[in-house]
Amino acid sequence: MSGKTKTGLIKSSIGKKVFMGLTGLFLCLFLAGHLAGNLQLLLPAEVARDQFNAYAKFMTTNPAVKLLSYLTYFSILFHAVDGLYLAWQNKQARPQAYYKKDDAANAGWASRNMAVLGTLLLVFIVIHMKSFWYEMHFGNVPVYASIEHGELKDLYTLTTTAFTEWWYVLIYVLSMGAVGFHLWHGFGSGFKSLGISHPVYTPLLNGFGKGFAVVVSVLFAILPVYLFLTSLN
Amino acid sequence: MSVLNSKIPAGPLADKWKNHKNSIRLVNPANKRSIDVIVVGTGLAGASAAASLAEMGYKVKAFCFQDSPRRAHSIAAQGGINAAKNYRNDGDSVHRLFYDTIKGGDYRSREANVHRLAEVSVNIIDQCVAQGVPFAREYGGLLDNRSFGGVQVSRTFYAKGQTGQQLLLGAYSALSRQVSAGQVKMYHRHEMLDVVMVDGKARGIIARNLVTGELERHSAHAVLLCTGGYGNVFFLSTNAMGSNVTATWKAHRKGAYFANPCFTQIHPTCIPVSGDYQSKLTLMSESLRNDGRIWVPQKQNDQRRPVDIPEEERDYYLERRYPAFGNLVPRDVASRAAKERCDAGYGVGQSKMAVYLDYASAIQRYGTLEANKMGESQPSVQRITELGTQVVASKYGNLFEMYAKITGDNPYETPMRIYPAVHYTMGGLWVDYNLMSNLPGLFVLGEANFSDHGANRLGASALMQGLADGYFVVPYTLGDYLADDIQTGNISTQHPAFDEAEGAVQEQISRIMNIKGSKSVDFFHKALGKIMWDKCGMARSEEGLKQAISEIQALRTEFYAQVRVPGSASEMNPELEKAIRVADFLELGELMCYDALNRNESCGGHFREEYQTEDGEALRDDTDFAYVAAWEYGQGNSPILHKEDLNFENVKPSTRSYK
Amino acid sequence: MRLNLKIWRQKGPKANGKMVDYTLNEVNPEMSFLEMMDVLNQQLVDEGDEPVAFDHDCREGICGMCSMFINGRAHGPMTGTTTCQLHMRHFNDGDTIVIEPWRASAFPVIKDLMVDRSAFDRVIQAGGYISVNTGSAPDANSLPIPKQNADMAFDAATCIGCGACVATCKNASAMLFVGAKVSQLSLLPQGQPEREERAIRMVEQMDKEGFGNCTNTGACEVECPKGISIENIARLNREYLRAKVVQK
Repeated sequence: MSGKTKTGLIKSSIGKKVFMGLTGLFLCLFLAGHLAGNLQLLLPAEVARDQFNAYAKFMTTNPAVKLLSYLTYFSILFHAVDGLYLAWQNKQARPQAYYKKDDAANAGWASRNMAVLGTLLLVFIVIHMKSFWYEMHFGNVPVYASIEHGELKDLYTLTTTAFTEWWYVLIYVLSMGAVGFHLWHGFGSGFKSLGISHPVYTPLLNGFGKGFAVVVSVLFAILPVYLFLTSLN
Repeated sequence: MSVLNSKIPAGPLADKWKNHKNSIRLVNPANKRSIDVIVVGTGLAGASAAASLAEMGYKVKAFCFQDSPRRAHSIAAQGGINAAKNYRNDGDSVHRLFYDTIKGGDYRSREANVHRLAEVSVNIIDQCVAQGVPFAREYGGLLDNRSFGGVQVSRTFYAKGQTGQQLLLGAYSALSRQVSAGQVKMYHRHEMLDVVMVDGKARGIIARNLVTGELERHSAHAVLLCTGGYGNVFFLSTNAMGSNVTATWKAHRKGAYFANPCFTQIHPTCIPVSGDYQSKLTLMSESLRNDGRIWVPQKQNDQRRPVDIPEEERDYYLERRYPAFGNLVPRDVASRAAKERCDAGYGVGQSKMAVYLDYASAIQRYGTLEANKMGESQPSVQRITELGTQVVASKYGNLFEMYAKITGDNPYETPMRIYPAVHYTMGGLWVDYNLMSNLPGLFVLGEANFSDHGANRLGASALMQGLADGYFVVPYTLGDYLADDIQTGNISTQHPAFDEAEGAVQEQISRIMNIKGSKSVDFFHKALGKIMWDKCGMARSEEGLKQAISEIQALRTEFYAQVRVPGSASEMNPELEKAIRVADFLELGELMCYDALNRNESCGGHFREEYQTEDGEALRDDTDFAYVAAWEYGQGNSPILHKEDLNFENVKPSTRSYK
Repeated sequence: MRLNLKIWRQKGPKANGKMVDYTLNEVNPEMSFLEMMDVLNQQLVDEGDEPVAFDHDCREGICGMCSMFINGRAHGPMTGTTTCQLHMRHFNDGDTIVIEPWRASAFPVIKDLMVDRSAFDRVIQAGGYISVNTGSAPDANSLPIPKQNADMAFDAATCIGCGACVATCKNASAMLFVGAKVSQLSLLPQGQPEREERAIRMVEQMDKEGFGNCTNTGACEVECPKGISIENIARLNREYLRAKVVQK
């Protein structure tokens, strides 16, 4: 072998996958954090309102968190664009489809539908960000003065109101299903794409990933349902 | 009849190769760049030769009919490769490997060639390990060995049951490296259909591009045929479906002598034929005879299940007849013994043409050993079987799996049924010590030549010979020949000899396409195979061979009147490919019968019923037949015999005894 | 037994193909799948039709030439089995069997069920070797190799290059094939000097050939007739990343 090769990492198929893995796993961390914050919604309304809004204020103003959130935006965008590009390339790699293909015989459903699940999630993220993130940053969220935390934007009320609509709850629950399936495969796959594998620890990691997928998606899904049910009373 | 000059160097046996290497001519690096070499076939011999010659600086064109050089049938060799490394400290040496191979070949091979083979065997292992061939290793990290039939030392290097695959992929990787360096131009899905002789020298080939059907002319200063054996003349053999004699047969028709064509090896441990639809036979590695015991019932036509036949009613006939070597007698001996039992009515299975290869006692033996190792003092029979099965699986797992896939039986629980099958052909184009045929510039390597195995090849020696020829012999000897060609310059493919050769190929193709008869190519191939197996197979007789000759002649006439090849010649047409190959087999088969008829003795794989001892062992005739029978193509079914006398100066031919 | 076959027929590389129905009346369960195809071809020749072109050679599961997509799966329904080793006893009387060529843009169809897999050769040519000239090797035992590494290298090296991994992968990715070769050579001390260069070059060539990207579905591992582990893909990722980091 002679002569050096200087292709950029991102140009290669493996490079693209490495970035998918990195951004994906980072987004898993983000999800864990996001979930921890959201779980405050389960507190009794009187406590939850101030605490949740204060948390939201912290999350939108703290410089360190801000930095992290830029990284998150970037990760989501990159993960989506890179993922869609990869899916398009993969489509090109088999221009003529099989007459008959028994996909279920050798691979799990989630692993075969990452691009579809991801696209659903992208749509969800747009809806989700429009409803809350955009409102919080650029919309007219009412401001009130809390006893402990001073002036706060009332994201809590915005949120609880939003989930009084059954169809809105349904979108969320279904989307969290997509999150679950996406993570079911994505968590372990991300590590593989980064080249991390070990005869003992990889199976453990995969097991953890699947547990993570179930817990995160179920807990996220419980929130809108809970808020909806409480709104009925 | 002329005397063939084998060009064996003078001097003591052990120094011949060294002295020869020191005295032959070389081609300097600058001149190599202007010399083209054609290598046909990319198995162990072809790939190793093409890679080595390209590394030296020659411009190589390599051809294979498969879709990739990695498919060559060397890939299917299972058991291993011999080398006189003496890593076991069990008394092995170059001389002993030489001696075993000469004796195993029943004293019908050249001493000098075989000694050279034994000498370079050690370099082969070094070379392959350096290429990344993952041979089996021991816990200390050093190479492991096992023993094989016909010898009493452990000198066989192996990679599970896939040694051929690993060695071929090693050679293929070396070849690939030269392709990427631009030193080798690879032509896959190309079949050589003639060799072109310009002014008495081999200067090129005519090849058919199998995808487009176009005929192509390729010129070079020398042509190397590394095209394997002709076992498929029997239709059913362990060869790949595409293995054929066409390249060497076309060379034979151009004047190259075909040596000892009747020396075919019938391998004792193959999965028996199950029906008319059978397309090929599958070998079960000879390494299975290390631990397996071969037997038939003592009672004729015994209908009981093998596990129900008690020990005392079984005939372990190899252990009975050959106590010293037992189940590890050479292939020819083991095959004939199986045939003898089946012919006598003791065969098993539905066809009654099979014997048992039994692992029950090996499983018990290993199981007990393993239990001892694990400190289990009173293991149950079940536990022993479990442990023993694990050991056997670790050693032979892939072979057992293959057997189960093909037969649907579980060989861990019931004995395997095996029967001999055509496996290897010791005969091939005649070559001198330099591996050059009697046609100047036409070199023949590996199974395609006749040189090293005499009348019978020992296990794990074919891989050794293929790689020896390609890596360590021809790179030297080819230079000696090409030293005359440094001023020749490009060989033009416009020479009339190319016109003529291409015209002849075109004509043959048109002839076959235009018959438009009613019978498929396979019909003729199967009919030929049956004649060959029945009359020129494991046992031959004068009467049978004479019948075979007239039957083959009639079949050939019918072929040219009745064969049907659909489609056209200007496209991918597998039926046409087969037809061209079968046409050549139909001529080769007849020559094999002439050769078998001429050799009034029994030796190695050649067993003439008229020449046997009272207890049915082969009766060799060293006075009259210690020669290589090299046949010149003769018009009108009259091949001309040339003899090369075999002189044994270092080993004295004796009756082979494995008792 | 009686079988209905649906087989992809395509006259040449540029021709349009289609599925064609055939019926075989007398199939013996002991036949191999390719022997069943032989019977069909014999029938077609007898009827004056053109036989179905398919790649095959050793018929003992090691050359890697046979390549049929049978009933939606590479090499058919049995795991650890090439088409030539698949036997008809695994099918039932009256079954309809769909037979197609490998489908991938990197494996264009030549005719009927035959495809061109030379992309694999080019990937190997890009770096699937150790640069050692004939005659320059040290003694084979001069460099002990831990048995575990030797065994892992062997397991990766058993790849037969059939292309089932590409054929079955929903993305037509060749990562298992490339991963197996890169793994084999990176696990051996002899492969170290060219370790980085090899990984980069082979991946570059793989991408150039138009194979898809790996999404770790694991289908390749299931369909690989030699059971090559997907672990080799993770190792390829690792080797490639490592090479990109340490390469000067």
